[in-house]
Amino acid sequence: MKKILKNQATRTNFITYGGVILAFILLQGLSAAGALSSSLKGQLVPICAYVVMALSLNLTVGVLGELSLGHAGFMSIGAFSGAVAAAAMTDSIASSPIRLAVAMIIGAAIAGVSGALIGIPVLRLKGDYLAIVTLAFGEIIKSIINNLYIGIDVNGLHASFLNNTITFGDGGRMILSGPMGIPGIQKISSFTGGFLLIMITLIIIFNLVDSRAGRAIMALRDNRIAAESVGIPVTKYKMMAFVTSAALAGAAGALFSLGQNTIIASKFDFNTSILILVFVVLGGQGRMWGSIVAAAALTILPEMLREFADYRMLIYAIVLIVVMLFTNSAGAKQFTAKIKGMFVRDIEGGEQNG
Amino acid sequence: MLTFLNHLINGISLGSVYAIIALGYTMVYGIAKMLNFAHGDVIMVGAYVCFFAVSSFGLPPVVGVLLAMLVCTVLGMTIERLAYKPLRQAPSLAVLITAIGVSYFLQNGAQLLWGSNQKMFPAFLSGEGLSLFKGQINVSSATIVTIIACIIIMLVLTFFTNKTKMGKAMRACSEDKGAAQLMGINVNTTISMTFAIGSALAAIAGVLLCSAYPILMPTTGSMPGIKAFTAAVFGGIGSIPGAMLGGILLGIIEIFAKAYISTQVSDAVVFAVLIIVLLVKPSGLLGKQIHEKV
Amino acid sequence: MANQKLVQIPSDTLLTERDADKLPILRALHLGIDFGGLTAVDDFNISVGRTEICGLIGPNGAGKTTVFNLLTKVYQPTRGTILLDSIDTHGMNTVQASQLGIARTFQNIRLFNNLTVEDNIKIGLHNQMKYSMLGGILRLPNYWIEEKEAHDKALELLDIFGMANMADVKAGSLPYGAQRRLEIVRALATKPKLLLLDEPAAGMNPAETAELMEHIRDIRDKFQIAIMLIEHDMSLVMNVCEAIAVLNYGKIIAKGTPQEIQSNPQVIEAYLGKKKEG
Repeated sequence: MKKILKNQATRTNFITYGGVILAFILLQGLSAAGALSSSLKGQLVPICAYVVMALSLNLTVGVLGELSLGHAGFMSIGAFSGAVAAAAMTDSIASSPIRLAVAMIIGAAIAGVSGALIGIPVLRLKGDYLAIVTLAFGEIIKSIINNLYIGIDVNGLHASFLNNTITFGDGGRMILSGPMGIPGIQKISSFTGGFLLIMITLIIIFNLVDSRAGRAIMALRDNRIAAESVGIPVTKYKMMAFVTSAALAGAAGALFSLGQNTIIASKFDFNTSILILVFVVLGGQGRMWGSIVAAAALTILPEMLREFADYRMLIYAIVLIVVMLFTNSAGAKQFTAKIKGMFVRDIEGGEQNG
Repeated sequence: MLTFLNHLINGISLGSVYAIIALGYTMVYGIAKMLNFAHGDVIMVGAYVCFFAVSSFGLPPVVGVLLAMLVCTVLGMTIERLAYKPLRQAPSLAVLITAIGVSYFLQNGAQLLWGSNQKMFPAFLSGEGLSLFKGQINVSSATIVTIIACIIIMLVLTFFTNKTKMGKAMRACSEDKGAAQLMGINVNTTISMTFAIGSALAAIAGVLLCSAYPILMPTTGSMPGIKAFTAAVFGGIGSIPGAMLGGILLGIIEIFAKAYISTQVSDAVVFAVLIIVLLVKPSGLLGKQIHEKV
Repeated sequence: MANQKLVQIPSDTLLTERDADKLPILRALHLGIDFGGLTAVDDFNISVGRTEICGLIGPNGAGKTTVFNLLTKVYQPTRGTILLDSIDTHGMNTVQASQLGIARTFQNIRLFNNLTVEDNIKIGLHNQMKYSMLGGILRLPNYWIEEKEAHDKALELLDIFGMANMADVKAGSLPYGAQRRLEIVRALATKPKLLLLDEPAAGMNPAETAELMEHIRDIRDKFQIAIMLIEHDMSLVMNVCEAIAVLNYGKIIAKGTPQEIQSNPQVIEAYLGKKKEG
């Protein structure tokens, strides 16, 4: 064990697992003691969903090295397929944790399949062109779900597109009504479910990165031409990362939707994709614990700024710009180096003076 | 046939607005290699300035447009100086996120300043329209002005980039900043100029957009911004004629999709066409194919 | 070794005597490529023996790297045929060529800079490992067995250049010479039958170059593979290569032993320009 922990990456992974478990226990304790405000309690499941979204996008952006501007599209697919599945299974599966798990698996599977279908054209493109096509697919997914009608009766699920033409048999009811979305969702998502999904996501990503396939994916990121020259098939591994990322986003979507009363397709738009991208960039590309912290902090931040009411989004924007400038500009880097230099000099007793 | 012609004219009109916005995207991308997501919001600011100049202060529309151009030019240059210039050497994703931050800032700033409620943009372009085929096709004066404005801008910009010193400096910078600097071109001024021109165009686009779709609110610029960005990529980002072509085609496709397929999925159709075009021509209609040297 | 005699084989190409009884590892026949209207390589013919060290030299812009790009299928040839281990590579891509046993280094170093030295090698070992993505995620027994093997193999390969102590360093932060050596080790990890080295000594000082020469011979002896190298350092080329092909304006103007090349008037002309008459 000691030998394993010598490896820096492995150590970071274990710290991340530990941090998530600790945070879960702490929050559960606070919640049981009644020390959490009800608004924060209500945020726990969405936070978990956004954390998983950030982690999965980090797989595409940080590990694979491709910019995706349509990640909310996969969340949307997972959210709606998960919610429809959960609604359809209300009678057949009584236990809500199991129903949640099955809904998340279905959400992940359908989002994963969509990821594969989208990946075939998308992954042939490069750089900004790839980014714009993911944006386009995100908008297309939004449009499609916005015009989709799904209902259920004794004969099973019925669907129609653009206009609601569903005619029901016995016991029929609408589940998804186009732009009205899915109303009256039975909230079966729980903080524990969200925590488990985060842990599973971490295990998948960490174990993938530290394996043959993960190395191949990172090789493509660092130098595609060199990777091909040692026999790494580009499309296969790009696809593997993209589909895994989409499937995890699908599971997160299902978790999210089953913690809401109502979901509508326009919730999962370009702005949501961008929001998740902000989590990833602020947390650091390829740095999973960074994504977790950024997603959690930035989901809570607007809530905390509530007392500033109208100003909160403005403050958010300014914080975003200032952080980016501070962490990336040449001037700021010199400044931090100077501060560091002063600090080091202090410790070493001014030996470097002169 | 006549309705087809009608849709075509509307499409060209909408496409002209997209083209003018796309020019801003494409010029900035060409020179600074960044996706300036705040561009759409500069449009919104331009429209608001013109709105207040004309409605609240009773200035003539021409003055309103000029004022909007002035404000947007200053705004664009300020954004570039404060937010983007320090990040010249930073990874492109950091610049992208900063641009998104600027976009949020403009939207929420506008909301605080001018409120989130919708404003009706004055129809000051509502002169005598053009009546064709015994009144079977009516082309509004807004449409005519939009198309003419687009043609003029295209001609002026083509002249500017090909014949003037600043235009040549811009093209040099977009090819190779280091080499341009060695040839004595002031790269910072050139980039600043590009933002100035792009933002002035955004102001015009804002006024034209709101003349056609007169509802003005802080998020007015977002969707047209994304569409125009799509148009720029469609035509080959970095290419000025590409932005023109991409914008106009996108406008036509959108209007046709609305007319012949469905209003609800017209955006999806637009994006689907973009994807198909990029699959056939991976760097857009008129974009340069860049090969990595091995 | 540099004194190998060259013998004529029936197909009119030259091979080292030692390899003459085996089929050549590489045969290029009338190979050519045009970029737009420009002919970069034309009528390029070469055979490389199973354990031959072959030099490819020529003035700047002669098309040497283009030849490497053709052989590794980065470019598809406009004309001609490449037989790798007697298999026609027509229509293959880089990945398939790699699996046939060709590996290379790059003139401008191409490492996986954000990954460790060991991971760079393990990526070279990718196609020798078999466990699936799921096996990796679920950490099935295969994962542990194959990862252990890969780890040992990587250290063993790094040891060729005495780099095993650098296994945990990020490739991007290695000094220049070590980066060049790591690229060679990574190429070797793919178990190639033919190794292409694109200016391996570029940027090295004379002591490092001398050391590299020894290593190139050692690698050939140890792995019994063919090595083809592009190099401007003539002392290295003349010392280590058994056969040399000279490229000028995309065509081979001479092939022979180092001695033959050194005294070839055409080669001298290509390098030094034409002697003025009178």
